[in-house]
Amino acid sequence: MESTLYESKSDKLFKFFVYSFLTIALVAVLYPLIYIISASISNPTYVNSGEMWLLPKDITFEGYRLIFGNDSIWQGYLMTLVYTALGTLINLLVTIPAAYALARKDFYGRGFFTAMFVLTMFFTGGLIPTYLVVRDLGLIDTIWAMVLPNAAAVWNIVIARVFFQSTIPRGLEEAAIIDGASNLKLFFKIILPLSAPIIAVMALFYGVGHWNGYFNALIYISDRDLFPLQLVLREILVLQDMSSNNANMTAETAQLIHSNQQLAAIIKYGVMIVSSLPVIIVYPFLQKYFVKGVMIGSLKG
Amino acid sequence: MSVGSAVTKQEKTLKKKKNRKIIQNWQLYIFILPAFLYFIIFHYVPMYGIQIAFKDYVPTLGFLGSEWVGLEHFERFFNSYYFWDLLKNTLGISIYELIVGFPLPIILALLLNEAKDGFYKRTVQTVTYAPHFISVVVISGMIIAFLSPTTGIINHIIGFFGLEPIAFMSDPAWFKTVYVLSGVWQSTGWGTIIYLAALSGVDPQQHEAAIVDGASRFQRIWYINIPTLVPTMVILLIMNLGNIMALGFEKILLLQNPLNMESSNVIATFVYQAGLLDAQYSFAAAVGLFNAVINAILLIVVNQIARKTSETSLW
Repeated sequence: MESTLYESKSDKLFKFFVYSFLTIALVAVLYPLIYIISASISNPTYVNSGEMWLLPKDITFEGYRLIFGNDSIWQGYLMTLVYTALGTLINLLVTIPAAYALARKDFYGRGFFTAMFVLTMFFTGGLIPTYLVVRDLGLIDTIWAMVLPNAAAVWNIVIARVFFQSTIPRGLEEAAIIDGASNLKLFFKIILPLSAPIIAVMALFYGVGHWNGYFNALIYISDRDLFPLQLVLREILVLQDMSSNNANMTAETAQLIHSNQQLAAIIKYGVMIVSSLPVIIVYPFLQKYFVKGVMIGSLKG
Repeated sequence: MSVGSAVTKQEKTLKKKKNRKIIQNWQLYIFILPAFLYFIIFHYVPMYGIQIAFKDYVPTLGFLGSEWVGLEHFERFFNSYYFWDLLKNTLGISIYELIVGFPLPIILALLLNEAKDGFYKRTVQTVTYAPHFISVVVISGMIIAFLSPTTGIINHIIGFFGLEPIAFMSDPAWFKTVYVLSGVWQSTGWGTIIYLAALSGVDPQQHEAAIVDGASRFQRIWYINIPTLVPTMVILLIMNLGNIMALGFEKILLLQNPLNMESSNVIATFVYQAGLLDAQYSFAAAVGLFNAVINAILLIVVNQIARKTSETSLW
């Protein structure tokens, strides 16, 4: 009797500890996000002085008006949409068929191809030789520099392969082949219709990567008309705070920031929201697919 | 004699079978062709191009035509005054990140696993996963804005407690902490997924048996859940240690400024600076190769240790 009473007491304490820690984690992650939203629509004076610290104060949409009136941001948005759509399409065309071939046990050479792909996870040519190859191919300052050097990711091929191995019944393939179907027909008529979940997961993983990526653009793109949104953001959010690189900014972005020093702060918070909006909106609905992707990967890892 | 012919016959049928497999599945080679070409062009050709680290690369002469100079670039790097600073910063940030960042997803996953399924748990998961999807440019912008000595919210909070504002971004002493803690904010939640997957595989009967035996919740976590996670931990630890020299330098590059350079200059950003901005291709390639070799050695050594001590390893 004594011991069960003690047990429940310690369990209660334990539960209290668990939920307090989770609440701390929740608040710590949520607070900056709420702050950004509030700051983007508050009177900049209160934001800069620290009087606005949680909920919007003296609401104004002046920041958003300036952001949406800025050509650089629109152009960046457009280019990012192009890179994301084209890039993800290429990723899928490369990843899905390759992963399917590697999943087939009767595919002679699958060991060789797997080893060849996986090796690049641990050993690469490095930044400089890769850059020189891209340059020698004449891709610098073309949209292809944004979609070809990252046309596939080894890890995603592995995840897709595990999916094909674990969800497509082996008998189905054998039956189709005995019936005289070619591999091509088998793939398009039987495999693809069963692969919607993995195609969704892959499209999400690759798509978010393209949307958020800035480094390829930084090294391969200098033509301003081809700048993706993330490079425009870099000018607004990062460069203008760091004295060194102001020369690279265009008149447009410079004007956006300097038009009104006061407004600069809320413009910054506004562009964080505007640029992350597509991902933030779709994320809660697609969360389970993302999680699924990581879990399939962990099966193998 | 008969044995020999039987063997060759067997070999022949095997070979025939193999050939038939290749011919029958020729279309699968078309499936893999795009990926094959991609890895050749964008990974293996650059690997072949590493030779410029031992040459004096002249763009018009290409990878092959440039003149050999042996270890000249490596010597120049090892003897430079910044060599030790770069190495110290690279290792310092990586190890700091590993020590702080590695245990947190495990702890959060164990706690999430104890919470009852329901709205609150789902909310915590959705919210803590979310920062994973914020771009590195936006994260850097947030850091710079929040930490501003005059207008940043963090310094307003510090001021609220009557303390002096801290110039986080221009003080080299703060750089590593800012880098690591912002990383914790961004990736701890997402990092729990892989551990939660492992925890969902625990047989509930094990817990029931432990309850009958009078184990407390804490004891059940300690003796059942944590041992379940060990293989996952070991694999992730190997991968992290193997990547210790290849830390995510995109964020470092964005947070770097002339004032904090003393502690933010790492090998990867130096390669970018020397190679792409100053066009010293061969020298930068040599520095990059040095980095990659150290990485490969670390990975192999750590994997070996793991295989000997815990029976879990990458290969």
